[in-house]
Amino acid sequence: MIRFRSIFWPAVFALTMAGGAWAAFLRFYYGLGASTHLTDQFPWGLWIGFDVLCGVGLAAGGFTLAAIVHIFNIKTYKPIVRPAILTAFLGYLLVVVALMFDLGRPYRIWHPLIMWNPRSVMFEVGWCVMLYTTVLFLEFLPLVFEKFKLSKAQRILKFFMLPIVILGVILSTLHQSSLGSLFLIMPHKLHPLWYSPLLPVLFYVSAIATGLAMTIFESWHSARAFNRQLEYPLIKRLTRVLAVSIAVYMTMRFLDLYHRGALATLDTPGIERWLFGLETVLMAVPMLMFFRERTRENPTAVYIGVVMFLLGFVTHRLNVSVTGLEASSGVSYVPKWTELAVTLAIVAGGFFIFRLAAKHLPVFGEEEPEEAPTLPVLSGEACQPVLSRGD
Amino acid sequence: MSRAVLYDSTLCVGCRQCEEACSTRWKLPYNEKIAAEEVISSHKLTAIRTHGERFSRKMCMHCQDPACASVCPVGALHRTAEGPVVYEEDRCMGCRYCMAACAFQVPTYEWDARLPKVRKCDMCADRTRSGGVTRCSEACPAGASLTGGRDELIAEARKRIREKPGEYYPRIYGIEEVGGTAVLMLGAVPFEQLGFSKNVPKQALPALTWNALAHVPDVVVMGSVLMGGVYWISHRREEVAKEEGRP
Ligand code: SF4
Ligand code: SF4
Ligand code: SF4
Repeated sequence: MIRFRSIFWPAVFALTMAGGAWAAFLRFYYGLGASTHLTDQFPWGLWIGFDVLCGVGLAAGGFTLAAIVHIFNIKTYKPIVRPAILTAFLGYLLVVVALMFDLGRPYRIWHPLIMWNPRSVMFEVGWCVMLYTTVLFLEFLPLVFEKFKLSKAQRILKFFMLPIVILGVILSTLHQSSLGSLFLIMPHKLHPLWYSPLLPVLFYVSAIATGLAMTIFESWHSARAFNRQLEYPLIKRLTRVLAVSIAVYMTMRFLDLYHRGALATLDTPGIERWLFGLETVLMAVPMLMFFRERTRENPTAVYIGVVMFLLGFVTHRLNVSVTGLEASSGVSYVPKWTELAVTLAIVAGGFFIFRLAAKHLPVFGEEEPEEAPTLPVLSGEACQPVLSRGD
Repeated sequence: MSRAVLYDSTLCVGCRQCEEACSTRWKLPYNEKIAAEEVISSHKLTAIRTHGERFSRKMCMHCQDPACASVCPVGALHRTAEGPVVYEEDRCMGCRYCMAACAFQVPTYEWDARLPKVRKCDMCADRTRSGGVTRCSEACPAGASLTGGRDELIAEARKRIREKPGEYYPRIYGIEEVGGTAVLMLGAVPFEQLGFSKNVPKQALPALTWNALAHVPDVVVMGSVLMGGVYWISHRREEVAKEEGRP
């Protein structure tokens, strides 16, 4: 039994990666037509809808927790900042990988750097994602410095951390909301259950909730993977915050639907109302669960709720970017196996690199104690025992 | 003087000469099989569509405030002063946002190419720029596709509707659509029956995203002040503690 388990996951992983590699070959050798079900009527599919839109949202924990801990100075959450930043950094790198698959001419991905069009939402998103990935890299660097005991570099970076964190929060605010603005140009194409002038705000708020949910999700998993104690009291408190953020989001969402009179379209038959129902249930049920003391006391229940909410979030993003556009396009889009294979390989790769990083870098270790700079530091070496406590 | 094309469905005989002329201009293959395709694609930039007895024509509408140009992150599409909306393939990175944004589903993609580009009618910009006539207008034996100044063509269209009220549906497609287009259409029946989408908005689309984008500088300024302020407040206690020498 034990042997079977130790072989099973590596085998699944290897198969996923092999499938992804084959699909990648088809994509880059034969082009988008041969490797996707995209058409002139339906130019965006799974890679934009899931890999990019959901990927960026799922990586929102980085800026949310950085803001909570470093700006709002709520130190309780400190132990989970690093895993959140690592997830975010990997998330953004994977989004860029996915973009390389989706762009018709991936080698021109840098063009927005010199060819400007400030009227374009995508131009803004491109710049923000690029700058924010750099910010995440800088926020991630301390882990590397700590691992290799580069305390001098560590201190220099720490000096600049505040502006870096603030910049990160602002950039995230901009592009998390702008991903919603991408669809503002399609009032006639996107189904009224999803088109709204408020899309940017809805995207922003749901990204914050998702960032929190992802943090809980990954704490739960790394606790199991590394046989660590789950920071449970912390998770419990975070669950409350998550419940409130979902509540804020749902309230906004329904007020908006109500004011636009979009709820009336629920009378028209069609797949849309069921997808809307699915999305709503997957968000409302976990919210109600998290408001109950009994759920928050039970790690498994919290985990189930978080997974449901994340699925609800993914459903919403896909409804906006794929299914909600289908009716007006006149064609139906179902991703081709290659699109799924690439997506799965990217997700699997993400999990794999996260585990690797968590194993070798002081992700779950303490950061250097707050007082460190005020202590009489004699030399660089004097700090080291403190700095390397993480391993 | 902004150039325009007026297509009059009541005059069109469905000979597809415009299609062939356009394909010749772009050095694209044209044969019977391609002629039978009634949709535009990367190898057919204009298409004649049959609706029973009637015909309609699909091509880029050359919007006066084009959504495709406003969304392109690298400015590969832009509207020229003379009216045509043109594409520079050297800039394009293939994000296909232009295709997602166009209200008329006009830009098409070379899905089968390893290094694809966007394809769309450019209103023969090289010819119209110097006051010339498009290839498709030139090829049309029935005078159903005219090239001219936009105001003149609108006046001409109005005149036709006025003079033969029985033959025309009394509207010009393209005057109001997405805030006005350089390609104008006349028909005998409501345009939905000629394959044109009914719910194309009447206002120019780029304003919709601009409403959101215009807030970016404010978000940056407000965000910095807010975050800095919160930081200052939330770290105050530690500062005090430090000054008083407490841990
Ligand atoms: S019809 Fe579409 S492709 Fe043509 S100018 Fe307008 S938005 Fe651009
Ligand atoms: S596909 Fe090319 S032309 Fe169209 S929006 Fe993207 S970069 Fe611009
Ligand atoms: S204007 Fe020129 S490019 Fe456009 S359909 Fe006519 S011939 Fe083709």
